[in-house]
Amino acid sequence: MSVLIDGTTKLLVQGITGRDGSFHARQMIEYGTQVVGGVVPGKGGQVFEGDVPIFDTVAEAMDATGADASVIYVPPAFAADAIYEAADAGVLLIVAITEGIPVLDMTRAMPFVAERGSRLVGPNCPGLISPGKSKVGILPGQICTPGPVGVVSRSGTLTYEVIHHLTGAGIGQSTCIGIGGDPIIGTNFIDCLSLFEEDPETRAVVMIGEIGGTDEQEAAAFVESDMETPVVGFIAGQTAPPGRRMGHAGAIISGSEGTAKEKMEAFEGHGIAVARRPADIVDLVRQSLG
Amino acid sequence: MKIHEYQARKIFRDHGLPVPPERVAGTPAEAEAAARELGGPVVIKAQVHVGGRGKAGGVKLASDPASAREAAGAILGMDIKGLEVGKVLVAPAVDIEHEAYVGIIVDRASQCPVLMVSAAGGVDIEDVARTTPEKIHKAEIDPRYGLLNHQAMGLGFDLYDDLPRVRAAADLFRRLYEAFLASDASLAEVNPLVVTRQGEVLAIDAKMNLDDNALFRHPEFEELRDPASEEPAETMAREKGLSYVKLDGTVGCIVNGAGLAMATMDLIKYYGAEPANFLDIGGSSNPEKVVSAMRIILSDPNVKAILFNIFGGITRCDDVANGIVKALEQLEVDVPIVIRLTGTNEKEALEILRSVNLPATNSMDEVVQKAIELAKGAAR
Repeated sequence: MSVLIDGTTKLLVQGITGRDGSFHARQMIEYGTQVVGGVVPGKGGQVFEGDVPIFDTVAEAMDATGADASVIYVPPAFAADAIYEAADAGVLLIVAITEGIPVLDMTRAMPFVAERGSRLVGPNCPGLISPGKSKVGILPGQICTPGPVGVVSRSGTLTYEVIHHLTGAGIGQSTCIGIGGDPIIGTNFIDCLSLFEEDPETRAVVMIGEIGGTDEQEAAAFVESDMETPVVGFIAGQTAPPGRRMGHAGAIISGSEGTAKEKMEAFEGHGIAVARRPADIVDLVRQSLG
Repeated sequence: MKIHEYQARKIFRDHGLPVPPERVAGTPAEAEAAARELGGPVVIKAQVHVGGRGKAGGVKLASDPASAREAAGAILGMDIKGLEVGKVLVAPAVDIEHEAYVGIIVDRASQCPVLMVSAAGGVDIEDVARTTPEKIHKAEIDPRYGLLNHQAMGLGFDLYDDLPRVRAAADLFRRLYEAFLASDASLAEVNPLVVTRQGEVLAIDAKMNLDDNALFRHPEFEELRDPASEEPAETMAREKGLSYVKLDGTVGCIVNGAGLAMATMDLIKYYGAEPANFLDIGGSSNPEKVVSAMRIILSDPNVKAILFNIFGGITRCDDVANGIVKALEQLEVDVPIVIRLTGTNEKEALEILRSVNLPATNSMDEVVQKAIELAKGAAR
């Protein structure tokens, strides 16, 4: 089993002819994802890679394909509009890869998406993958292998690092979700943890956090109160100086909130095993799988 | 992006907030002239991008132009939390009856702008938030409707008892929210918001942080950037599209992705050394970026070894390898380089590196330990 996406997921790619969109559309198709259409205003009627129809609007694409998910690769200035358009067309799962969307744009997009019953993953995220079934986004498929571990993370390449260790140790993944590094994101740790908790085949979860905010602390409390599935944690940014933005807009320590130390203590306080280095995650996961 | 108080005051004033006039001075003589022009007692405030200026001695009262000159002389050139004061603000001193705090931030948890006020204004609002959170009153602003009248009035009543003051404060809150929205700010703050002995509600301070991600639609803000408040290497990194923060250690690191970059710094610490920097080359893998990254790191005299930690995804390992080769040709590299590459086009990358006799590993732990060992042995 897996969460959010599987072999039946029919995907649209918004911005399929762009530099990133076309590259990753090809990669997703190669991986086995059912890419049923692309959306680029003004390129409706064209065909991508011989067999993926392109539409002018998401609404047209939905009518023609009955897609249930859409992935967004459009530039930051237009990304919020792309999210509105997907939600208005009734796309259930919207995955926004775009990095650099103004935060006030996201404050407006969030209630809009929620009112239309869609789920947004991201923005500024690598997307998600259910190994062997489907991938939506930019996660490298070759490092993943199917198995019982759910992975949820605020990072991109750090997630790859962790998956690489798991796969190298023969531990497969049910679904890996990159929730994104921005201050305002559509799907948070707790949303993913509860999906993993409900998934009978996810037997352990790895949660990868970083400095900034209090999402990890809240997720830790949720793990203790609402989860049977064991969770292993890792926090990046122990050496980050306060008050500085560390690349991710979300990764900034302000005041006493959001230090790595605080988060690691919250994890430990709520019964989550904390890895000191990415490589240590493997042993902790092995122990929790029993 | 942080901007100075005098710049934020102008933005606030443009949106109709009651902000007293000010002058900016770069020398004691200019401060004296400003004080004479404004007339009466003045306050001299250091213009630096950190909080806690008052505690650090960066804010002084001056009763006349001569003492304004003296105060400015003491503050200019002062080091506040590692930043040198290059400019002071000169503003009329006001007779304060009451001080409060007002701020708007984008709140991660409620996912919307939140207006906060506290009657315990003036100094350390973070302390108030930590020790007596009940003294901070908040309103979540639905961005579709803006700050509603009853919210603004409600927070006004949290600060004051009499209606004229409440109305004046509510009006100020609305204008502050307008300034916040129009500027795509991530923070807009007045600390303190004062009531004068004459009963006037005034913003005698202004602080604003602008959303870096929204600067593309505000070309007018580019001139507000103060290069003197940034490490030259950080300016160069920003211009090259790299994300760089200088730290104090000896192991320079070049990594793709912010999370992996932080985890690499942490691992350096784990093995007993200190990272020299945070540097994220980002998702694209233009070889030129790698050359710029190397140039930036080599400009730090503390760096004794450089480590690359690249997990190819969008970033192609061969592009990074080509960048390393280019950097070796173009730059005088006088420290050892250790490389970890894995992922997209790893094989091609290893071949490129082999041609210049650079070994590479695919283990992050290994590369960090190696870099630390070399940094310890190296003299520069």
